[in-house]
Amino acid sequence: MTYKVTIGLEIHAELKTNSKMFCSCKNDPDEKRPNYNICPICMAHPGTLPVANEAAIRKVIKTGLALNCEIARESKFDRKNYFYPDLPKGYQISQYDQPLCEKGFLQISDRMIGITRIHLEEDTGRLMHSAQEGRASSSADGRPDGESFSLVDYNRAGIPLMELVTEPDITSGKEAREFAQELQIILRYLDVSSADMEKGQMRVEVNISVSKTKKLGTKVEIKNLNSFRVVEKAVDFEIQRQTKLLDAGEKVVQETRGWHDKKEITFLQREKESAHDYRYFPEPDLPTLHLKEDYIIKIKSHMQELPDQKRERFEKEFGLDKDSIEFFVTNKDLSEYYEKVVSEFEEWTSEQEKAGAHVKASKLVANYLISDIKGLLVGKEFIETEFKITAENFAEFIKMIYKNEISSKVAKMVLVEMFNTGGDPSEIVLQNNWGQIKDVGELEKILKEVIEKNSKAVLEYKSGKKNALQFLVGQVMAKSRGTANPEKVSELFIKLLK
Amino acid sequence: MLSKEEVKHIADLSRLKLSEKEIELMQKDLSAVLDYFNLLKKIDTSKIKLETEKFVSTVNISHNFEDFDGLLGTRKDEAIHQSREVVEKLIQAFPDKKDDYIKVKAIL
Repeated sequence: MTYKVTIGLEIHAELKTNSKMFCSCKNDPDEKRPNYNICPICMAHPGTLPVANEAAIRKVIKTGLALNCEIARESKFDRKNYFYPDLPKGYQISQYDQPLCEKGFLQISDRMIGITRIHLEEDTGRLMHSAQEGRASSSADGRPDGESFSLVDYNRAGIPLMELVTEPDITSGKEAREFAQELQIILRYLDVSSADMEKGQMRVEVNISVSKTKKLGTKVEIKNLNSFRVVEKAVDFEIQRQTKLLDAGEKVVQETRGWHDKKEITFLQREKESAHDYRYFPEPDLPTLHLKEDYIIKIKSHMQELPDQKRERFEKEFGLDKDSIEFFVTNKDLSEYYEKVVSEFEEWTSEQEKAGAHVKASKLVANYLISDIKGLLVGKEFIETEFKITAENFAEFIKMIYKNEISSKVAKMVLVEMFNTGGDPSEIVLQNNWGQIKDVGELEKILKEVIEKNSKAVLEYKSGKKNALQFLVGQVMAKSRGTANPEKVSELFIKLLK
Repeated sequence: MLSKEEVKHIADLSRLKLSEKEIELMQKDLSAVLDYFNLLKKIDTSKIKLETEKFVSTVNISHNFEDFDGLLGTRKDEAIHQSREVVEKLIQAFPDKKDDYIKVKAIL
């Protein structure tokens, strides 16, 4: 029995602005001191008034444009009323019926996911819960000791928050994860948000229902998913859970569930209360935003390159394979360095006679960055200002390999040296005597030594075993510490052992 | 006329505790206000455009941010450091605190 799975995502992203949404307090996600970046406005003291942050609005519009949305001509803020300790005003300034962006879409690997809306609101403070053990005797002031309490920090209260709601077009955990991942890349490329899920800068909520019929099933909400992996697992688990319930003839209850990572299950967080009565009404302290054509055009003209545009460009300009391209798309800083290196030898490759020199050289750079350099970085972030190899030196290095001036074995040693000390590749080769042995006499000397010490292999070769030749060449390479040219050695052996 | 339950519900949403007498009074008052608005609703305002920017004056309207023309009714994204004195006053105003956090009853 195939079930229809209907999934929609609700994603919140903390915007990377200098100040908060409605006041000029610093927006600093790394501030450790509690209640440090606060002011009378974000603390909702009487008589204060909000003023909207222009950059926050611009960032949401930029995101909407990247996601093919319609940008509102007129947009306004509304009050969402409810009480909670992390909400200073007793209402959240949000957007109800005139959001900044609507009706967009994002293409993931095999489908198009619709985007219902993207709007702007303010974030709440941070609640920390603690429980104390109760004690048998009460304290001096008569109050029982050990009452559990919660602590609130308002550094985060009022920072700009973007909310994106998708159409219920998603049908699996994999698709949900892919959507969230692609969105994260886009948000980072546009410099809209750091979107780090582990830091809570991007929060994903899933709405999922399963049905046997054309009618939609009961919607279950899943919250507190803190990584892409968990989003995929939780969705897949929930599909199974709801399917099993329906198979057994039971009903799915509309509720909010969380994900238990150790047990790998979703669990009931709280019964869905009668829907909050938020009593939305237009925020009277803020004017309607009139988004003129010029304003939107200016934003569009200042947009950074999007991941898909980069993918296309990298395929066309450098002829890289899909995996390499994806590596560069997800490692933006390294990809910018890559482009610098490639542009360094552009003049040189265009002078080369053989066609495809540029593509060949570009692929070489890509391979060394993706395997060797990535290995040398050992999981650390690539920061160009701290990286010791300049783009020019890297390009020089690639030229030497392309021209066969050094063997691949030597190349690896040179790269490590450059990584650690930042030197010039030709200098390094010279200083260490790693240049390929040019003197035939010198080479022959080594070959003769190897022949003497490996009579068995020589016999095997003479009796027709091809592997024996490779073995002998390997011995020469080892003896010369990689500075011999393998093809030349091979030729010489064939000549000597005739 | 609003029912007692409706009035109680509205009071709950606003976290206001009303006595029986007060609920009765509110029933009459709120209903009278709503009746008045129902009268106002009879006016045809479909051809009238509300120009909010003429009514709202905002502090810090900036007309030129970097390359952008100002978006009327917004402010430039600048972090202006709040004086330590003000922050301390805000913290002192906390009804209950622990270190520099506001302390509240446990949220389950």
